[in-house]
Amino acid sequence: MTNLTSMEKKDTRSGFGDGLYELGLKNDKVVGLCADLTGSLKMNKFQDEFPERFFQMGIAEANMISMAAGLATAGKIPFTGTFANFSTGRVYDQIRQSVAYSNKNVKICASHAGLTLGEDGATHQILEDIGLMKMLPGMTVINPCDYNQTKAATIAIADYEGPVYLRFGRPKWPIFTDPDSFEIGKALHMKTGTDVTIFATGHLVWNSLEAAKALAEEGISAEVINIHTIKPLDNKAILDAVANTKCVVTAEEHQMNGGLGDSICQLLARHTPLPVEMVAVNDSFGESGTPMELLDKYGLGIKDVVAAAKRVIARK
Amino acid sequence: MTKPITELKEYVAQTRRDIVRMVHGVQSGHPGGSLGCTELLTVLYQNVLRHNPSNFNMDGTNEDVFILSNGHISPVYYSALAHSGYFPISELATFRKLNTRLQGHPTTHEGLPGVRIASGSLGQGLSVSCGIAQAKKLNNDDKLVYVLMGDGELQEGQVWEAIMYAAHNKIDNLIATVDVNGRQIDGDTKDIMGFTELRSKFEAFNWNVISMDGNDLNDVQETLSKAGVLSGNGKPICILMNTEMGNGVDFMMGSHKWHGIPPNDEQLEAALAQNPSSIGDY
Repeated sequence: MTNLTSMEKKDTRSGFGDGLYELGLKNDKVVGLCADLTGSLKMNKFQDEFPERFFQMGIAEANMISMAAGLATAGKIPFTGTFANFSTGRVYDQIRQSVAYSNKNVKICASHAGLTLGEDGATHQILEDIGLMKMLPGMTVINPCDYNQTKAATIAIADYEGPVYLRFGRPKWPIFTDPDSFEIGKALHMKTGTDVTIFATGHLVWNSLEAAKALAEEGISAEVINIHTIKPLDNKAILDAVANTKCVVTAEEHQMNGGLGDSICQLLARHTPLPVEMVAVNDSFGESGTPMELLDKYGLGIKDVVAAAKRVIARK
Repeated sequence: MTKPITELKEYVAQTRRDIVRMVHGVQSGHPGGSLGCTELLTVLYQNVLRHNPSNFNMDGTNEDVFILSNGHISPVYYSALAHSGYFPISELATFRKLNTRLQGHPTTHEGLPGVRIASGSLGQGLSVSCGIAQAKKLNNDDKLVYVLMGDGELQEGQVWEAIMYAAHNKIDNLIATVDVNGRQIDGDTKDIMGFTELRSKFEAFNWNVISMDGNDLNDVQETLSKAGVLSGNGKPICILMNTEMGNGVDFMMGSHKWHGIPPNDEQLEAALAQNPSSIGDY
């Protein structure tokens, strides 16, 4: 079972809500749209403070995405909010044509991504969204790992011109990054190490750090790098890291197909083929359960990262 | 300055020539709906829109904005844009050819002035227009947003999401025209997915509904003026525009068959003979 330490925890969606509120204070072009999930997305503070810039869309996600494209056309910076499932798969064609192909400055902000949504089960636990979004030309894909990083990313994407998919989650999760450390497209070194590099995104960054501690106790030195921006990928940081360690573990709360591991394998295959083990969901839907139970059952726990590191080192 | 109907007729004939020549030239494209909407786009672009074609601004601030939701009628759209000064008329010759800005369906991707959103996958334009209209309200910009949809396009569920949204939020700077030509690719709309009549549906959603004969220049001019007057009264405005698909080319009328096929050489000559214009071909 995955164990979290007793440090301060907050949900990443609160990082989004607090970041959006701060943006509202300083940038009057920022507008919010939400499809009947204002509380779940933590958009209430923005809604209360800036009611004229908040659009309640009802349960109509397709209309929300295309309307955001219209707002962006007219110079606004729209942030749409709903669950990751309804932010991507349900509205893929709207995003493809009205946002990505039309190159609109829309920020698609998606909560409750992955298995850690928990008890609602597989209908809501999208594990394909990173893949769907990263395939779209011109789309930036960001999956921050804690409250601080989600808040920083929310604020940063308002200053970036172009479509962005920002993915975050539901459960309370340890806060461990420096709020000033986030930069779009820049890998974040979390821990140095010489035997293996673990590239992780989202909630799995924490699991990877815990795994690195466990590995250290066994005399294995693991480097942990947080790839919060899956597209564009920080190729240089990744290639520099693996030049030393010569083997790789990827860790993410997503399908193996189409996720972070997939992107890193493509990069390595083209530049420097090396052994890789992928901690990800293996071609399966999720199910109901607590977040920790689900991470454990689907092989995304701390012990799974530890095991993957040992396997990949053995393949060097 | 408002152009008289006699002058508009020349533009209508020229646009019809452009449409059939463009589609013939590349042997692909959608002439039927384009021909049916020629009067509407001519009146809009020559007489109604308060816009600035020589200095295109994507955000359309302090301008009327037109969004084409049924993007497959790109030939009529491109002709209207060119003849109102958004880009050189000669560029119509590049329609659907490699490296063109005049893609098969309209797009912002190649930077064609006048186009503000890609369309082609149906059902999205009304939502986009709601967004632009909301932005205008936030900016205290009193200009209007016009959008054109096909009647078959109303089979897309997203359109009804936007119809609901626009009425609930009193988007009264929005004028949505539905091209009621009764045809779609596979046949007549009444046979494919009949929705009986549309007025009661829009009215049930609390829209202000007016109708016009979309192939009668006088009626189009008058109804668009009336729609402008109706704006700002708390309700979005719907114009049900009755048209004949293929209008102006006799053998293309009365059937859905010319939705998306090009004329051959002989048919082109016949179509051009029916639409003489003094403006001059590209």
